[in-house]
Amino acid sequence: MALADLSFRVGRGEIFGLLGPNGGGKTTLFRILSTLLAPTAGRAAIGGHDVVREPQAVRRLIGVVFQSPSLDVKLSVRENMVHQGHLYGLHGATLDARIDEMLGRVAMRERADERVETLSGGMRRRIDLAKGLLHRPALVLLDEPTTGLDPGARLDLWDYLTEARKRDGLSVLITTHLMEDAERCDRLLIIDRGRIVALDTPDVLRDSAGGDVIVARTRDPQGLAAAVQERFAQEATVVDGTLRIRRPRGHEFIPLLFEAFPGRIEAVSVGKPTLEDAFIQRTGHRLWDGES
Amino acid sequence: MDTLIRPTITLWHREIVRFYRQRSRIVGALATPVLFWLLLGSGFSDSFRPGGAVGGVGYTEYFYPGTMILVVLFTAIFSTISVIEDRKEGFLQAVLVAPVARSTVVLGKILGGTTLALGQALLLLAAAPFLGLRLGVGDLLLIVAILFIVAFALTTLGFLIAWKMESTQGFHAIMNLVLIPMWLLSGAFFPAAGASAWLRGVMFLNPLTYGVAALRRSLYAGTTTVGPDVPTLALSILVTCTFAVLTFLAARSLASRPLDVGLA
Repeated sequence: MALADLSFRVGRGEIFGLLGPNGGGKTTLFRILSTLLAPTAGRAAIGGHDVVREPQAVRRLIGVVFQSPSLDVKLSVRENMVHQGHLYGLHGATLDARIDEMLGRVAMRERADERVETLSGGMRRRIDLAKGLLHRPALVLLDEPTTGLDPGARLDLWDYLTEARKRDGLSVLITTHLMEDAERCDRLLIIDRGRIVALDTPDVLRDSAGGDVIVARTRDPQGLAAAVQERFAQEATVVDGTLRIRRPRGHEFIPLLFEAFPGRIEAVSVGKPTLEDAFIQRTGHRLWDGES
Repeated sequence: MDTLIRPTITLWHREIVRFYRQRSRIVGALATPVLFWLLLGSGFSDSFRPGGAVGGVGYTEYFYPGTMILVVLFTAIFSTISVIEDRKEGFLQAVLVAPVARSTVVLGKILGGTTLALGQALLLLAAAPFLGLRLGVGDLLLIVAILFIVAFALTTLGFLIAWKMESTQGFHAIMNLVLIPMWLLSGAFFPAAGASAWLRGVMFLNPLTYGVAALRRSLYAGTTTVGPDVPTLALSILVTCTFAVLTFLAARSLASRPLDVGLA
């Protein structure tokens, strides 16, 4: 996916999210920042070092956690960590202590001598994270790190990132297409079809969507959406089989809905817009369009 | 030390450990050529008349250096297939974002494969006394050095093929189309002397011919077993070293380009 007109800065100790649909340009950006892909135009720098001209300096500063774990499954957890340490100039007692510390933080120390191929996907992710942070990078790049994690493990990951940020001033750049992750970032860059859609804090982005969101459950969402449009000249969208209506003072609209369409609405709720509403409003389509 | 040698050693070490954890690879890479050797050696021994060579050489004896090279080839090839696996399993991407030079990544991988290939060939060298070969310390050192260079060159060749390859099936196809014929036409299997003119031309241009010749000459030094059509030891070593250096430079240059294939 080609990128265009993309410009942003990430501050020290910031948790910065790249939110967008799969295929929207997140991974391209991720590869450029992790020195795997040279941009055809424009430039990117980390810690003042250009990713193309000084890749080694950049590589020393960053830790990279890929979408799919980059572990050697034939080796034990510790062996994987030792190799990683050696690649980053760590060795001996320092490295051993660091490995114990990192595995302790992700609660994998007891498993250190087991082969990676015998461990679950969630455990592999945790080890991969420990591996990416082993050399204490200033910035960690995480590509969809919560994919395939159960809710508990996802919370653990966030606890850990928040803690590392507080303790070591770690900066975090995370790509995601999940709202749960996006909500936890300090700032979000919403990217779609290679372009910036929005760049702000989650709070501001949500508020910018404006008004309230009414979500109605019904047997015939398409039909009801058309009916609402016709009757009230009010735009209504169907998302995940539910009807979504965005308008100011949403609670006042609910009685009107029930009176106009008796028996057709099974349940209704009203709330503030979510980040997804903000995304839909700005791009005209849902976040996971085109995703399998 | 920290940015060059240790990363190379660590990547080399990983190759060795992986190999010994995959037992079937050890058996396959060694047993297949040895089986060829014993079966073909005994099958052809009556009909084999090496062109130009002085009589009295059995096929078992003729085929011995060729078998060693085949062991080296198989082990080198199988160890470089792991380049494709590394990319699929995601291990490679982590190495590529680490602050190490690309030549380190290439060298660690290739030295790993080279060591394994050399080790397997040395196991076969242990059969030398049973063929009536009496090798001095000097001969042995020369043989090990030659095997090392051949192993290095073949592993690098495998690396060159595997680097851009997306599937191991594709690699097997190349192996059957290029690498096995390369071995067949290296003087390992039959001498150039009895072959037709065009085949001799191909064998003359095949770099592996010189690897086999160097090994044959160092194994049978001072005997009349080696035919006069086999290239001299000096030429063979020179060509083999050149081949190793050129393949390595090509591999380093290839690996230094951005890799955009199959990274997750």
